[in-house]
Amino acid sequence: MAGTAVLGRLNWLAAKVTEVRPETERVRSIVFECPGWDGHMAGQHVDVRLTAEDGYQAQRSYSIGSAPEDDQLVLTVERLQDGEVSPYLVDVLEAGDELEMRGPIGRYFVWEDSMGGPLLMIAGGSGVVPFRAMLRHRVAAHSTVPTRLLYSSRSLDDAIYREELEGLAVHDEIDIRFTLTRAQPTGWKGYGRRIDREMLAEVSWSPVGRPRIYICGPTAFVEMAAGSLVELGHDPFLIRTERFGPTS
Amino acid sequence: MSIISRGFSGRRPQVDDSSRLPAGQYLTLDFPVLSAGPTPRLRLDEWSFQIRGLGDVPRSWSWEEFTALPTETVTVDIHCVTKWSKFDTVWTGVSVDLLLGEDFGAARFVTAFCDGGYTTNLPIEEVTGGKAWVAYQYDREPLDPQHGGPARLLVPHLYFWKSAKWVRGLELHTEDKPGFWETYGYHNHGDPWREQRYSGD
Repeated sequence: MAGTAVLGRLNWLAAKVTEVRPETERVRSIVFECPGWDGHMAGQHVDVRLTAEDGYQAQRSYSIGSAPEDDQLVLTVERLQDGEVSPYLVDVLEAGDELEMRGPIGRYFVWEDSMGGPLLMIAGGSGVVPFRAMLRHRVAAHSTVPTRLLYSSRSLDDAIYREELEGLAVHDEIDIRFTLTRAQPTGWKGYGRRIDREMLAEVSWSPVGRPRIYICGPTAFVEMAAGSLVELGHDPFLIRTERFGPTS
Repeated sequence: MSIISRGFSGRRPQVDDSSRLPAGQYLTLDFPVLSAGPTPRLRLDEWSFQIRGLGDVPRSWSWEEFTALPTETVTVDIHCVTKWSKFDTVWTGVSVDLLLGEDFGAARFVTAFCDGGYTTNLPIEEVTGGKAWVAYQYDREPLDPQHGGPARLLVPHLYFWKSAKWVRGLELHTEDKPGFWETYGYHNHGDPWREQRYSGD
C-alpha cells in the first residue's frame, strides 16, 4: 500500500515493541508491530505519543528506517542530551511495551523508484535514517537508479547501520561513502573531515545529469551542504532537505 | 483511551502559564529551522514584494520602498507543527492590513508566494484585522536567511508553516488553493489550538 494518499484523519494507533536493537552507543532501532498501519513511502516519518501515569502526554516525530516493502516497521532514534522523549525510547522502552503512533507524515521528503534518479543522499549523524528506508526500498524494488550516499559521522562506531550500508556496496550502482569527522581508524581510506564543498563536488554527479538530491541532518550541516550544492550548479528545486536540532 | 507508557514520567513544561502551550507542543528556547529545500540567497536590490490578483495592476514595493512603510513591532508566541513552541518572540514588519488595503473585490483567499517556490494558503480573514505581518526583523535585528530573511510572513495564531519564509508577495483568489505543505498532507487551516496538524485533523 506504499504511496497511498491519506485523505482521512491520521488516527493514533497502538504500536507494540517486538524488538530493540542497539545501533551505536547513543542510537537504537525499535521494531514495532502496528495493527492498522497502512504503509508508507521511504523518507516519511511518524508522530510518537507517550502518556505518563497521570495522563501527561508528550509527542515527537521520528523518521521511519524501514522500507515500505519490509515486514516490520522500524524507527531508529538517537538519544538527545536533555531530551524528553528520546532518552525514554533509547534507554527505557523494551520489547513488549506499547506506545501510540500516527502516520505516515510528510509526502515531500520521499523517494520512490518511479521518481528516477540519479539519487544522491547526504546524511549527517542520525539524518541517515530516512536514507536507510530509501536504500532498502531501492533494493527491494530492484531499481537500477544510480545511487550514492555520503554519510558524515563522528567515528566509525558512531556510524548507524554501518555494516548494512557497507553490505550494500555489492549492488552495482550503489556507492556508499563515509566521512569520519572526529576519529578515523588506522589505515582509513575514506574522508576524514566535515563535509565541505570540495567533497560534495567529488561525490555529487554533474548538475547536467540533474540528480535528485536529499539532505538530512542537523541544521548547520544541511545549510552548508544545500548551499554548496546550489553553488556547484545544482537546481535548488531538485534539492530536498530535512533539518533537525537547535540552531545555536 | 491512551496507552500508559511504562516508566515514562515526562518533563512537564517549564512555563508559568501552561495555558499558552497548545496540546502536543513543548516549549523550546532555541529557534529550530525547518525548510523543505536550500535557503535562497537574494540580493536586496533584486527583492520586491507584490500584491497581485486584485484588479489588473499588481502593487509592488522595492526593498527600499517596503522598509519605508510604517512598521509594527509585536511580541508573540509561535507554534511549529513539528511540536516546538517558542514564547515572546519579537518581530518587526509591515501589517498585512496595510499591504492589502480594504478592497479585496471578490477575493476571499490569499496564497503567499516565496523565493524557492514555497507557497501557503490562507483565508483573507486570517491575515487581516491585526493578525498578520510581513516581518523583516527578528529581535530588532535583520531577519536571518535561514529563518526566512530578508522577509517572511508572520501569522502567529496558526502553525508556523503558514508564516512563509522568503515571502515575495500575496496573491488573491476567489477560491482556496492548497499551498505546498497543504498539498503534502498537512492541514489546510492549521490552528494549533485545535491541533490541526495533518489533513483530516
